[in-house]
Amino acid sequence: MRDIDCKKITETISSLFQEACLRLPEDVLEAITQARDKEESPAARDALDKILENSEIASSEMIPLCQDTGIAVVMLELGQEVHITGGDLYRAINEGVSRGYSDGYLRKSMVNQPFSARVNTGDNTPAVIHTEIVSGDKLKITVMPKGAGSENMTRLGMLSPAQGRQGVIDFVVKAVDEAGSNPCPPVIIGIGIGGTSEKALLLAKKALLRKVGQPSPDKESSELEQEILKRVNNLGIGPVGYGGRTTALAAHIETFPAHIAGLPVAVNLQCHSARHKEAVL
Amino acid sequence: MVKRIKLPLTDEAITGLKAGDKALLTGVIYVARDAAHKRMLEALESGQPLPFDVRGQVIYYMGPTPARSGQAAGAAGPTTSGRMDVYTPRLLDEGLKGMIGKGMRSPTVKDAMMKRRAVYFAAIGGAGALISKTIKRSEMVAYEELGAEAIRKLEVADFPVTVANDIYGGDLYQEGRARYRMEGK
Repeated sequence: MRDIDCKKITETISSLFQEACLRLPEDVLEAITQARDKEESPAARDALDKILENSEIASSEMIPLCQDTGIAVVMLELGQEVHITGGDLYRAINEGVSRGYSDGYLRKSMVNQPFSARVNTGDNTPAVIHTEIVSGDKLKITVMPKGAGSENMTRLGMLSPAQGRQGVIDFVVKAVDEAGSNPCPPVIIGIGIGGTSEKALLLAKKALLRKVGQPSPDKESSELEQEILKRVNNLGIGPVGYGGRTTALAAHIETFPAHIAGLPVAVNLQCHSARHKEAVL
Repeated sequence: MVKRIKLPLTDEAITGLKAGDKALLTGVIYVARDAAHKRMLEALESGQPLPFDVRGQVIYYMGPTPARSGQAAGAAGPTTSGRMDVYTPRLLDEGLKGMIGKGMRSPTVKDAMMKRRAVYFAAIGGAGALISKTIKRSEMVAYEELGAEAIRKLEVADFPVTVANDIYGGDLYQEGRARYRMEGK
């Protein structure tokens, strides 16, 4: 067994959220730059230039990339040889979120009683935490400040097996088309196929964490990714929705076996401010 | 060409704006989003005055991050305007002349904008740091307990926007998409 202290987890969560909100991952910046160079529409090129300029200002002047610093999504890969000491794991994570959002001047966007009073919790807790138990003696922490503009455009389709591959393509393209300019394109399209409803949704979210445009290792899935990306970029929505060639930077598919009676498809969109950061303890 | 516009908007300025025009706004704007709109509409329904006089003004749909010391504002990009659609026609009836946000408006809002001669500007979603630099002053106006959702008064200089909906029925989002759409062709 290897001990990991809760204090260390709190500190790590706090600094990961602060850093994630100020600096885009290199692969995201590269994908946006490439889109800018390929874009035909002058309005779209101008918007992409401003998005790139925004990221420079954010990191140099310590102003968050986006005012929506998100709901705090935390993904854990917890080695089964790890022993958490000095407190409660989830409490340590929420303490890290509270501290990070306060120290980093990030926006507190969480409200209690969502369908009635909607009172702000004041520190952006609670985090949404997904834990996977894996082999080994490490703890991998991925933080993802997820903005609501893109999260609100999530779609779940419990397709019939007869709808097959074409049904999946049509469902995803329709989801992106209907979302239009709302999710802050160019987006990354996370697609989860298979399992149960919640499994498909979680796969879709995890797919967003892949390096932008890195194809699925499964050949059939990677071909489907390319086909969906092409169809989506024919929609013409374009960067920030002003019309153009780049509606999505990439489509990422994750799959899981399905029930004989089902074909769940989940679409989770990520805005161009594709913030996430990870650490291994 | 980029139009430089001084706020508050004049009827003459509004008449000259067309969907797709790029503009730089300078002057006073008011910040309000979901919860503030809900409260403003509740005030109107119960015969109470609004926390600020909306006549001739521009509302920016936004909820900022807290400012660090020495900064006038934190990140300050637009939020999705469609969520405010249910409240907007009533505010246009009260004399609101402009809105800034991101994303398409409903047909009802677009009709109301034409009828009331008001415009909707699109700002770049996700450009929170860039827009922050155009904010020179920020002042709390009402509903401070709502935190990021409180109503604020901002003084902006050269705030970059694009006209999304004009008084003639023009629509930047629809027209832009149609120009580049190849799906189904």
